[in-house]
Formats: sequence, C-alpha cells, structure tokens
Amino acid sequence: MKYQVQENCLTIYLPREVDHHNAEEIRKEADAVIDRNHIRYVIFDFEKTDFMDSSGIGVIMGRYKTISLIGGEVWAVHTNDRIRKILTLSGVTKIMQIYEEEVV
Amino acid sequence: MKHTNEMEIRFESRSENEGFARVAVASFMTQLNPTVEEVADVKTAVSEAVTNAIIHGYEDEIHKVSIRCRISENVFTVEVSDKGRGIENVQEAMQPMFTTKPEQDRSGMGFAFMEAFMDSVEVESEPGKGTCVKMTKTVGKGRELWTTRSL
Ligand SMILES: Nc1ncnc2c1ncn2[C@@H]1O[C@H](COP(=O)(O)OP(=O)(O)OP(=O)(O)O)[C@@H](O)[C@H]1O
Ligand SMILES: [Mg+2]
Repeated sequence: MKYQVQENCLTIYLPREVDHHNAEEIRKEADAVIDRNHIRYVIFDFEKTDFMDSSGIGVIMGRYKTISLIGGEVWAVHTNDRIRKILTLSGVTKIMQIYEEEVV
Repeated sequence: MKHTNEMEIRFESRSENEGFARVAVASFMTQLNPTVEEVADVKTAVSEAVTNAIIHGYEDEIHKVSIRCRISENVFTVEVSDKGRGIENVQEAMQPMFTTKPEQDRSGMGFAFMEAFMDSVEVESEPGKGTCVKMTKTVGKGRELWTTRSL
C-alpha cells in the first residue's frame, strides 16, 4: 500500500483497481498505520483508480468505524465520475466528504 | 440471421482471478460495440458475483468458479456459478446492506450494485449445492444501429 502520514492525517494512494484481492492488503496495512500514528483523518486518494467494487466500500466503512470513535473523518480526493457514482450509490457519501477540486 | 455467440470460462476461486474474470468478460463483450460506461457496469457486476462465489460460496477454500456469457443480438447475458454452500434465503441476501460477514468489512452492497448496473439479476441457489447468478444487459440501447437506417 502506498501512503503518507502527516501528523494525525493518513493519505492512502489507492491502486488502479480496488477489489477484494487488493482490499485485503490495504485494510491490514491501514489499520496498522492508524494504530501506530494516532490517525484521526484518513484521505483516500483515487488519482490512479479506475475500478472499485463493494470491497472498496467495505475498506472505507471499516476505517470510518475505527476513527469515528475518536471523532475522526474520512475523505475522498481525485475521484472520477465512475468512482463518484459507486460512492454515491453505496451511500458511503453520508459519512465521507468528497473533496471537489477547484475548477479553474 | 440473429447474431449470437457464447463463451465459458472456469477458474479456481483465488482472489487474483477476480481481475482476470472481469477482463475476460469485458473483452468478450466488445463485439457488441459497448460504451465505456456499459463495460464498466458489466465489470462491476461480474466482480461482485465472482467475489461472492469466492468469499461466501467457497469461504476461501479453493474450488472452481464458472462464468458463461451469451450474446444474442444486443442482449448480453452473464452467469456466474459456484458449487459452494449456497444461500438460505435469497430474498433476504439481496437486500441492500444485508451481509453475513460484517466482521470481514463486507458492506452488503454486492447485490445492490449488480441490480443497479445490470437490467436483470436472477439468483438460483440451494443450500449445500451452490449458487448461480444470472444477469442480463441490453447493450447500446441509446444508440441507433447504422444498419437500421436507410443509406
Ligand atoms: N455465491 C454465494 N454463495 C453463498 N452465499 C452468498 C453468495 N453470494 C452472496 N451470498 C450471501 O448473500 C449476502 C449478500 O451478498 P452481497 O454481495 O450483497 O453482500 P456482501 O458480499 O456480504 O458484502 P459486499 O458485497 O458489500 O462486500 C452475503 O453476505 C452472503 O451471505
Ligand atoms: Mg458481495
């Protein structure tokens, strides 16, 4: 898993495809990093991602459950139309903010 | 003459085959000249059904998953089947957010995605025998075929 930690904020750079196969590793590593660094904010970066199914929704919901206990938040950045459709359909947008890039 | 075609694949229930299954079905589908969005819809639905066969049907044991695709004119049919544990109550299983594995970070959205992205989803399942998910999608609904236009 590619990620970056800045203070209490973890950014996860998601792979091209977020499915059951890839989700396992993200979940395990993210939990370890969250635990070790007292993470409060998790940012899912979809820059490289063009496929995601319900396994990705599970990863987001699972991390939200952990960090919401300490008042944390989950965010999504660099989402394309397809990813936004999946996020919206799943209802996960009720608990996660989608950061809209400024249109120049 | 009606344009028809068919293909079948069988692979082991390993998670690394999920990507292979999506790509195989998507590439068979290209002969229907689908839009990017239609391909993405089918890929998502296939991914959901295959993942379910692997984690629920076989509960991470290694057995075979089969996919059968059929094309008839502009209707695409895909069947994903396993010979795993089966589903006790299909109606309940298909409810959005219903999952029997919440501890594994499952959100219960698999069937909801299949229904959202395909025109029809039918599930046949018998406890102890296995599950078959049959989905159809009419491809190129919005497009007018050039052959139907007078030249
Ligand atoms: N092939 C299958 N064999 C046995 N049980 C299945 C199969 N497919 C689905 N199920 C059952 O139906 C339930 C709902 O499936 P669905 O895909 O909607 O959600 P999920 O797999 O639990 O979660 P998600 O897809 O969001 O990760 C599953 O929890 C499981 O109990
Ligand atoms: Mg599922």
